[in-house]
Amino acid sequence: MTDIGYVRSDIVDARPAPNRTSGPVAWMRTNLFSTPFDTVLTVLGILFLLWVVPPLYGFFFGNAVGPNGTVEECRMINAGACWAYISSEMEFFIYGFYDIPEQWRPNIVFALGALLLTPLLIPRMPFKRTNIVLFLVIYPILSYFLLAGGVFGLKVIPTEKWGGLLVTLIISVIGITLSFPLGIILALGRQSQMPIIKTVCVGFIELIRAVPLITILFMASIMLPLFMPQGTTVDKFLRALVGVTLFTSAYMAEVVRGGLQAIPRGQYEAAESLGMGYWQRMWFIILPQALKHVIPGIVNSFIALFKDTSLVYIVGMKDLLEAVKTKNDSALEWQSANTATTGYLFAAMVFWVFCFGMSRYSIYMENRLNTGYKR
Amino acid sequence: MSQPSETTVERSINTSHMQISQTDVAIDVINMHKWYGDFHVLRDINLRVMSGERIVIAGPSGSGKSTLIRCVNRLEEHQEGQIIVNGTELTADLKRIDDVRREVGMVFQHFNLFPHLTILQNLTLAPIWVRGTPKAEAEATAMHYLERVKIPEQAHKFPGQLSGGQQQRVAIARSLCMQPKIMLFDEPTSALDPEMVKEVLEVMISLAEEGMTMICVTHEMGFARQVANRVIFMDQGQIIEQNEPEAFFSNPQHERTKLFLSQILH
Repeated sequence: MTDIGYVRSDIVDARPAPNRTSGPVAWMRTNLFSTPFDTVLTVLGILFLLWVVPPLYGFFFGNAVGPNGTVEECRMINAGACWAYISSEMEFFIYGFYDIPEQWRPNIVFALGALLLTPLLIPRMPFKRTNIVLFLVIYPILSYFLLAGGVFGLKVIPTEKWGGLLVTLIISVIGITLSFPLGIILALGRQSQMPIIKTVCVGFIELIRAVPLITILFMASIMLPLFMPQGTTVDKFLRALVGVTLFTSAYMAEVVRGGLQAIPRGQYEAAESLGMGYWQRMWFIILPQALKHVIPGIVNSFIALFKDTSLVYIVGMKDLLEAVKTKNDSALEWQSANTATTGYLFAAMVFWVFCFGMSRYSIYMENRLNTGYKR
Repeated sequence: MSQPSETTVERSINTSHMQISQTDVAIDVINMHKWYGDFHVLRDINLRVMSGERIVIAGPSGSGKSTLIRCVNRLEEHQEGQIIVNGTELTADLKRIDDVRREVGMVFQHFNLFPHLTILQNLTLAPIWVRGTPKAEAEATAMHYLERVKIPEQAHKFPGQLSGGQQQRVAIARSLCMQPKIMLFDEPTSALDPEMVKEVLEVMISLAEEGMTMICVTHEMGFARQVANRVIFMDQGQIIEQNEPEAFFSNPQHERTKLFLSQILH
């Protein structure tokens, strides 16, 4: 008869995991050549890179005409990208038809924006409340008068003359800062138990989401004046701004609603049982958690908005892309095989830098806010 | 059958300062009915809880125990009859509901701490914003109650970093920070590991010793026997039987009660 009783006499202490073989060879073995199939893929991948990278390098750098080059160099047979075209037309790409002697005004707006936005985005920086007031209240007013002029002896510059990156940035920054709160309010309204509020919000969201942005911009620029009394005009820049904001807020509302639905019922109940009112519950308990859940979706909407600003050409605004296109078509003195391509590449790179920045910042924010479940 | 099989907390309660004032009605439920759609969950509930009384509600699952105490702070709405808490009748009037909720603490089965806030913020949020207590004072009160539930060292952690028992003790402390007159417990130990049940029950017993008015929905019959003034047995949305714990456990009257007790006490 075997003895099935057992008592452990000594406790096994935890010890460190055995050392893995490390170094570049081990890394390649696990990541590149772990199976025959992986080896084939690795070889194919390397061949693909060898095929693609050298010509790309040649186009962008090797054969490219630098910022100080001439149009004659750009017209040579083997010439790559014509960066000289970009640098010579840079002013138009940034400011559009904004009067050249007055370009210090948008420059101040750019600088002030960067100066106020940077500390706002860095969590460690103090004076957040002052910073928010400055950025959301003082800065827009100041920027408007600086850009439009008409006060303090500043020359009036109508919005028709604004263009390029200036327009792209203004529409996206204003669109983002307005559509975010608007979207939250719409999402909360959609969950409201008050039938009128709920119906209005659902109707608005479903109407806007079911229509392409181009249609909304068309409506704003062509249909709206028909309904307005004779003689009243709404600035087309403002119309585009309102169109883009409303459009994004409808999408934002649905993203936020997704976050609201992820919050367990118990969170609402705990807040209620402490006697917190509706707005207190939303502000302190529900929204911080819900918004954290949907940061990727929110940033997705922001990025979409940023890129959709190029559709304002519909109402005759010259945003960055439209400014590039205008010059591509009209700058005869820069005509060459690669001029237009270089122009569009430049626009793409600018868009990419901003969108990639937003994306990275959102990942940083996600990690930072991931306190609730951190162990 | 008289031996409670649940976790028994070895502590006797000093009954001398636990005199119940017969004049102070804390909660009065009168002919109350509630439906979920067509389903009649609570039927003809009549329950008067005196100030300082400790009531344990027992019963099979689906009998309406939780629904009943959730009606007391209007997390659920009743359709007929009256519920009067601290002299305020619960109606659709939102202000009155918030007034009642301020005086009634609630502890949930799944703790429902706010995961994005630290323990200290969990405790001070409602006092600061609902009661208007200055921040420093609210934090002092919070630390006081954290010491009472024996986890002051966790004040700056997040709920996700605490064990279930610790989270539930924080949840109790959070309710206490609002200085409530009544505490409702909705199966506070049901989601806990067996080893953690005791630490939560100890906190609840010490609350009872201080004369807090309590209604506890629980399956901890040892706790009921030791602490309750009255045990209420519910089935099918009705109060089937109520009695002092000794009589309730040793001499149940209703057939359903006998069956229930025979199932849970071995």
